Amino acid sequence: MAQYAILLYGKAPADASGLTPEEIEAHGRHGEDVERLGGSFVSAFALQPSTTAVSIRADGVTDGPFIDAKEVVAGGYVIEAPDLDTAIAIAKLNPAIQQGGGVEVRPCLG
Amino acid sequence: MNAVEQAVADAHRREWGLVLAATVRVARDLDLAEECVQEAYVAALTAWERDSIPRNPAAWLTTTAKRRAMDAIRREQAFKSKLPLLIEPDEEVEEMEEMEPVLEDPEGVVPDERLRLIFTCCHPALAQEAQVALTLRLVCGVSTADIAKAFLVSETTMAARMTRAKKKISTARIPYRVPAAAELPDRLRGVLGVIHLLFTTGHTAPSGAELVRSELVDRSLHLSRVLRDLMPDEREVWGLLALLLVTDARRATRSGADGRLLRLEEQDRSQWDRDAIAEAHELIVAGLRGGNPGRYVLQAAIASLYAEAPSYHETDWAQIVQLYDALLRVWPSPVVALNRTVPLAMVAGPEVALSELELLEAEPQLAGYRYLPAVKADLLRRLGRTEEAVEAYREALALTDNEAEREFLTGRIADPGRP
Repeated sequence: MAQYAILLYGKAPADASGLTPEEIEAHGRHGEDVERLGGSFVSAFALQPSTTAVSIRADGVTDGPFIDAKEVVAGGYVIEAPDLDTAIAIAKLNPAIQQGGGVEVRPCLG
Repeated sequence: MNAVEQAVADAHRREWGLVLAATVRVARDLDLAEECVQEAYVAALTAWERDSIPRNPAAWLTTTAKRRAMDAIRREQAFKSKLPLLIEPDEEVEEMEEMEPVLEDPEGVVPDERLRLIFTCCHPALAQEAQVALTLRLVCGVSTADIAKAFLVSETTMAARMTRAKKKISTARIPYRVPAAAELPDRLRGVLGVIHLLFTTGHTAPSGAELVRSELVDRSLHLSRVLRDLMPDEREVWGLLALLLVTDARRATRSGADGRLLRLEEQDRSQWDRDAIAEAHELIVAGLRGGNPGRYVLQAAIASLYAEAPSYHETDWAQIVQLYDALLRVWPSPVVALNRTVPLAMVAGPEVALSELELLEAEPQLAGYRYLPAVKADLLRRLGRTEEAVEAYREALALTDNEAEREFLTGRIADPGRP
C-alpha cells in the first residue's frame, strides 16, 4: 500500500459556500467510492475560499494564495491505495471534476 | 558477421521486448531487468559459439537474464533493498525458476509478458515523449543514443528523460500490468497513440534532411504487429496496423530521385507495395464488419481508398468524404476537418472546400499547423488566385523545418502556375 494525496482545484476563490446542497452531498458520497475501489481514507480537509489565504516567503507575508492562478486548491484528502491506477480510478470519481474544477494526484513521500 | 553474431543480432531485434518483459517479472525493477537482459545477450555470444545456437533463443535469453536478476536480488538482499519495487499485484513472482538449469529448456515456451510492459511504458501518468522513449528502449531495445538521434535531442537529455520516467514508475507505483477491462479502451487508445506518433515521426520527420526515418517506421510497424498478435480481438489495433501498412506502402515513391517531395498525383503507383496494401485491405474489411468502426479503422479505410484507386483522378472522392464524416463523429478534431477539405474540393469544388477551410482558421489547435496554409495555398492556386496562393505557401514554408517539404514549397512559390 502507498499513500496518495488527492488535491481538489476549483475556480478561484473556490468558495464552498457557493456549492448547491446536491453538490455538497456528492462530495459526501464520494467517501464511499474510496472504499469501494479498494482504497481507504487517511485524512481529509476542505478549505475556506482562497481570499482568506495568507502566503509567507523569505521576504515577508502577503495576502492571497501562494501562486496567483485562475484555479486554486479547494481541499484535499490522503488515501491509502495499492497502486497509482487505483488512486487514479478513485480520483476520477471526485465530484470536483464535474463541478468545473479538477483534481491532482500526488504520491506521498515515504 | 558470423552465424552466432547474426543469431544474437536477430534475437536482439526480434525478441528483446519479450525477454525484457519476462525478466521484469523477476527483477521487479526496470533498470535491473535491462542490465540483466543486456548481459544475457553478451553471454549468448560466447555460449552459443561453444554450445551451438539454441532452438529457441528467446527462451535461452530469458532464462539467463532471469537467473542474473535472481542472483542480483539475492546479493542485494544482504544489504536490504533500497529501491521501491515495481508492483505487480496479480501473482507471485516465480521463485522456483532459479532451480531450472539453463539448457534443459531450450524449447520452453516463454510466457508473453510484453503487454504488461507496453501498457506500463505507455501509462498516461508519464509524459507522452517519455512514453515513446520508454517504449522504444524497453519494448524494442533501441539504444538511448539512437532514440536521442531520432528525436533530435542530446543523449544526456534523453537518458535523463528516461531515468525520470522510470523513477516515476516506481515512486508513484504505476502497476506493471495490463489494465482492467473498464480502463482498457482508454488505455489502449494511449498505446495506439504512442505507436502512431512513432510512425508519423518516422514517416515525415519534423526536421532534418531525410523525409523518412525508416528505423522509426519499421519499429512502429513491428510494434503494431506485436500488439495485433497480443490483442487479436481489438479492431482498433487492426485499424492502426492497416493504417501504417497502407501509408507506408507509398514510402518508395514519396520523393523523387532528386529527393524532391512528390504529391500524391505525381507518385508512381506501380511502385507502391501491393502486398502491404492488400494486407491492410483485409484488416480494414474485418475492422468495418460489425459496425461502429473506431478512429484508426476509419483512417485506414480512407488511406486505403486513396491507395487502391488505379489513378489519382479515379479516386473515389465521394466515399472518402463520407468516411471523413464518420471519422469526425468518432474523433471530432480540427485536423480531421482540415484533411476533409482536400477530398471535398474534388467532389464539391475548391470554392466550397476553401470556405470550409476558412471556418477552421480560427481553431486554436490549428494555429501554427503547417498543413493549414499548405492546403489553403493549393485551393487558392486552383481557383487562379495566384497572389494569395503564394502568400499562403510562404506561410507554410515558415512553419516547416523538413528539407524536402521546404523544397517543395519553395518550388511552388517560384512557379505557382505549374499544375
